[in-house]
Amino acid sequence: MANDSKFTNQKFKLVGTRVMRPDGVDKVTGRARYGADASAPGQLVGAILRSPHAHATIRKIDTQKAEKLKGVKAVITSADLPDFTGGEGELYNVLENCMARGRALYDGHAVAAVAAVDAETARRALKLIKVDYKVLPHVTDVDLAIKPGAPVVQPGVKTKDKKAAPTNVANVTTYGHGDVEAGFGKADVIIEKSYKTEQVHQGYIEPHACLASVGPDGHGELWVTTQGPFAYRNWCATLLGMEMSQLKVTSSEIGGGFGGKTHVWIEPIALALSRKANRPVKLVMSREEVFRASGPTSPTSIDVRLGATRDGRIVAADAAMRYGNGAFPGIWGEVGAMAAWACYDIENVRSVGYEVLLNRPKVAAYRAPSAPMAAFAVESTVTLMAEALGMDPVEFRLKNAAREGTRASYGPTYGPIGIVPTLEAVKKHPHMRARLGKNQGRGVACGFWFNFGGQTCADLIIDVDGTVGLSVGTVDVGGARASLSLIAAEELGIPYEEVRCNIADTASLGHNDMTDGSRGTFSSGMATIFAARDAIEQLRVRAAKAWGIDVKNVSWKDGKAIAKGKRKSLTLKEIAEASPNTGGPISGHSQVVADGAGVSFASHICDVEVDPETGGTKVVRYTVVQDAGKAVHPDYVEGQFQGGAAQGIGWALNEEYVYGKDGRLQNPGFLDYRIPVCSDLPFIDTQILEIPNPNHPYGIRGVGETSIVPPLAAIANAVSDAAGVRMTHVPMSPPRVLAAIKASRAEKAPTG
Amino acid sequence: MKGIAVSTTVNGDAVEFVCDARETLLDVLRNHLGLTGAKEGCGTGDCGACSVLLDGQLVCSCLVLGAEVEGREIETVEGMADGDRLHPLQKRFLEHAALQCGVCTPGFLVAAKALLERNSNPSESEIRYALAGNLCRCTGYDKIVHAVHAAAGDLRRQQKARKKRKAAG
Amino acid sequence: MAGEKGKAYLLAGGTDLLVRMRGDFIDPDLIVDIKRIPGIQEIRKTASGFSIGAGVPCAMLGRDKALASAWPGVVEAAQLIGSDQIQGRCTMVGNLCNASPAADSVPALVAAKAKAVVVGPGGRRRVPVEDVVTGPGRTSLKKGDIVVAIELQKRPPKSGDAYLRFTPRTEMDIAVCSAGVSLTLGAGNVVKQARVALGAVAPTVVLVPKAARALVGTRLEDDALMKLAAACEAACSPIADKRGTVEFRTEVAGVMARRAAVMAYDRARGKR
Repeated sequence: MANDSKFTNQKFKLVGTRVMRPDGVDKVTGRARYGADASAPGQLVGAILRSPHAHATIRKIDTQKAEKLKGVKAVITSADLPDFTGGEGELYNVLENCMARGRALYDGHAVAAVAAVDAETARRALKLIKVDYKVLPHVTDVDLAIKPGAPVVQPGVKTKDKKAAPTNVANVTTYGHGDVEAGFGKADVIIEKSYKTEQVHQGYIEPHACLASVGPDGHGELWVTTQGPFAYRNWCATLLGMEMSQLKVTSSEIGGGFGGKTHVWIEPIALALSRKANRPVKLVMSREEVFRASGPTSPTSIDVRLGATRDGRIVAADAAMRYGNGAFPGIWGEVGAMAAWACYDIENVRSVGYEVLLNRPKVAAYRAPSAPMAAFAVESTVTLMAEALGMDPVEFRLKNAAREGTRASYGPTYGPIGIVPTLEAVKKHPHMRARLGKNQGRGVACGFWFNFGGQTCADLIIDVDGTVGLSVGTVDVGGARASLSLIAAEELGIPYEEVRCNIADTASLGHNDMTDGSRGTFSSGMATIFAARDAIEQLRVRAAKAWGIDVKNVSWKDGKAIAKGKRKSLTLKEIAEASPNTGGPISGHSQVVADGAGVSFASHICDVEVDPETGGTKVVRYTVVQDAGKAVHPDYVEGQFQGGAAQGIGWALNEEYVYGKDGRLQNPGFLDYRIPVCSDLPFIDTQILEIPNPNHPYGIRGVGETSIVPPLAAIANAVSDAAGVRMTHVPMSPPRVLAAIKASRAEKAPTG
Repeated sequence: MKGIAVSTTVNGDAVEFVCDARETLLDVLRNHLGLTGAKEGCGTGDCGACSVLLDGQLVCSCLVLGAEVEGREIETVEGMADGDRLHPLQKRFLEHAALQCGVCTPGFLVAAKALLERNSNPSESEIRYALAGNLCRCTGYDKIVHAVHAAAGDLRRQQKARKKRKAAG
Repeated sequence: MAGEKGKAYLLAGGTDLLVRMRGDFIDPDLIVDIKRIPGIQEIRKTASGFSIGAGVPCAMLGRDKALASAWPGVVEAAQLIGSDQIQGRCTMVGNLCNASPAADSVPALVAAKAKAVVVGPGGRRRVPVEDVVTGPGRTSLKKGDIVVAIELQKRPPKSGDAYLRFTPRTEMDIAVCSAGVSLTLGAGNVVKQARVALGAVAPTVVLVPKAARALVGTRLEDDALMKLAAACEAACSPIADKRGTVEFRTEVAGVMARRAAVMAYDRARGKR
């Protein structure tokens, strides 16, 4: 019973209420400590030298002058790090991305690092390092990279045919079922369209930062802004040849991650510098370094083909999806191919993902990674099909939407899911009936995300005063401590205020997977429930002992042990106070692999206004409808919906990596990489639906990521409606929109 | 390199520090004075996470040299609460869940305080434009705008009550 | 400062200088803070108009009611620079001497026929604003020269100015292209005098006399506005970069000029 993850449909007293977050006061008073806010006695300042070239052979690195500069305590290059050449590929890739070995693969690739007594000395030391580069031809565009004769980024990486010459396609994966060609044969209408999306960055406001300390005894500590202290610990220890138990990683408060803080970047370098200097080293990326050398998402190029019968039934769907992976092979095309058709029930469906290597930074996860681009291509085409059939785009989607029992294009058969309810809610929403003004247009789109579960561990301690400490190992990226405290209080039957949730370091709790895949509240929520139930078992034992009866006759209700059939009860507080004399401390523990995360769906509505003379677009109204399973803390669920939508709006309209002909990033700063500012956005309306996840005791599904999936398509559909021309290239920046408007006018103008 | 000795006032306290000519006010606050509430999000004045008040004027502390603040008055997020009483903006940010990761929050609070000091009843649009120099990547700004609006009401009510007391006393 | 051997820089608001230091584009040996020079942080009303000190932060311009009502276009242009945080520090003189083709205040100042007051080893002189900048990052100032103030003339009656820029974001952005227009009307609200300047479409801000001539003698009828836009487009020689293409900048510069002209005209007529 204790570890049964089945949904029980219980009535909640606390879950679902809008309580204040426990870490709130620290965060509004400046007291909360983030990655760059910690210091250690004797600390040095680290700095990294980065390649100015997109692709080059490194012939020689001369560090002598830098080493001799007064105040410099350590200089390292790849020569100071383990060499995994010929060994396990992923280890090699991760470390080579942290520090180039013999070749620079993108503008911003780290080539050397220093630790010095202060920032100014470190800056001067970097200038004294001389690197001899032989510049090589480079490629930064997905479509150009797969053309014959393109410069090859990784000569060692080969696709399935091992005998063939290397190309930039690192892998190809196919998903789907049925007979796609036969399906198109049955179609009355076939729409084919190609789409392109540019590379964007997660844009967390806090740059990567850490404080590393390693002694000659091999023991180390790392304070770091991360979504996964355990993963960082495992990576850093493995890469540097340390024992995992000897490296304690503590996650700081995290100033945004969105997937970008699931990968190690500067952390192994900081540890290596500290080890060499035998002093603590603080290493903080500048904003420019964050853009040039950490975690953007894939640029893509996608072809979609969709076939439907005249009555509005999709009979065949096909997509070829080329995802830029940056300089190292990843799984981004595959994830895109899996997500592409997940919203629909299609008999004959296929998607093919290509992993394309480019002279750009290694791609990292970004909130529902790969799904927004897939949804942009698919949902734009779905709207085009509805238009071609003369059907309402919402009705057309409802007619083809996946339901419970539908076999998903990526394999599994769905349980109870939320796409139809979100579309029904959209249909009924007043936003859909609001009148549009001049130059305005409306778009609707759906989105899907898998959601993850995974390894999770939690400790719940009952202090002698009856208050409760909860330790979890998933980093709180935006309110999770409040949600998990609510869950613990609900389970124990005590007030929310009596629970304090703490994020444990790697030495204090068993392994936890990262806060990614929207898993934090789902999986740590489950572990918290089980840990609380474990504690309740012990509380019952203590009560039984006090009453001298069998524990079987003691039950737990509303924060009290109750003896069956008798008018006796003991509160949690009373049991806790007596605990020193009844067997010592009381605590609950749980470790689970949280399966069955429960897929998530959303439908968005967007109104835009396009200035036909400048191509400028303003979002005038935006509505998010999403299934949360169960909203534990509705404020923070809404916050996830709004934040994802805002990121999607930025991606759709203005954000993009601009590379010059020289392969260098032209806009590595917040001035020219334009994330939305406050005056760019309207209020973002939200509607939370709760279709319980059958695989969680409270019905919880992940809520963090799906909200970024529909916006690209919803906005593309709206801009296309307003401008009278179909937009197929994201971002729909003013020059692109104006060029499209002019081209369409030229096409429509009578000739001669 | 010679350090520059500077005497200034931070959150009402007289402080002295010695800084390098290149060091910014943000560097000084964080590395010399132990005030890490102001954050470096960009170092180029584009994100507002390092916002402070300099003689009452809202500035990015990353774009002010430490050597410039001789004899000036600086207010940071650490000086917003009155003892153990949070400022209405701080309270409303918590109540409205106007923060997720919280790293931009100190800058938003200081910028919002500057706004409400010159405009006690700002419209939605005025709030949005006044806060345009502060980037938030988590919230979509929605709950921040609501929180500032609510805090403006609190401050107006406080003001009114104070006037009433004055008139009565 | 004239005698300094190394690289010396003047610090006014620091919103450009510190960014350039941070990006390692410059590595000064000496930084001279001009803000404590007496009078440099003042806006003075003079017999001939206004004198705005080089240390005046742009936020202060809007608080000067007389200045804002005489030169709304100039004030709005200066107040488009950056955020409220930047406004508290940045100055028009800094914006001018930073010599970016996209500087927001400069097209408005050029349209307004503003003068820069330069003090240097050769004494004190007045230079038309359009003659200060000679190319991206380059000025006609000599070693030891300091621009101490900007002077704006008194306005004849029935005058108005306006500045508009195009940016993808509503705030916190750099002009992709921009236009400043200053007009004086005569009898029957016919344009008597006009100046039109464009930003971010050439190595420096450009004054476009042909565009001005398209407006003189008109009441900004559609035909005049078309001619204005065409003259502006013809005057553009932009680069394509991360902020915009050649075609986009050229076409939208004409649009901005048209819209700014209408605003300036309405202001001159007393319609605001």
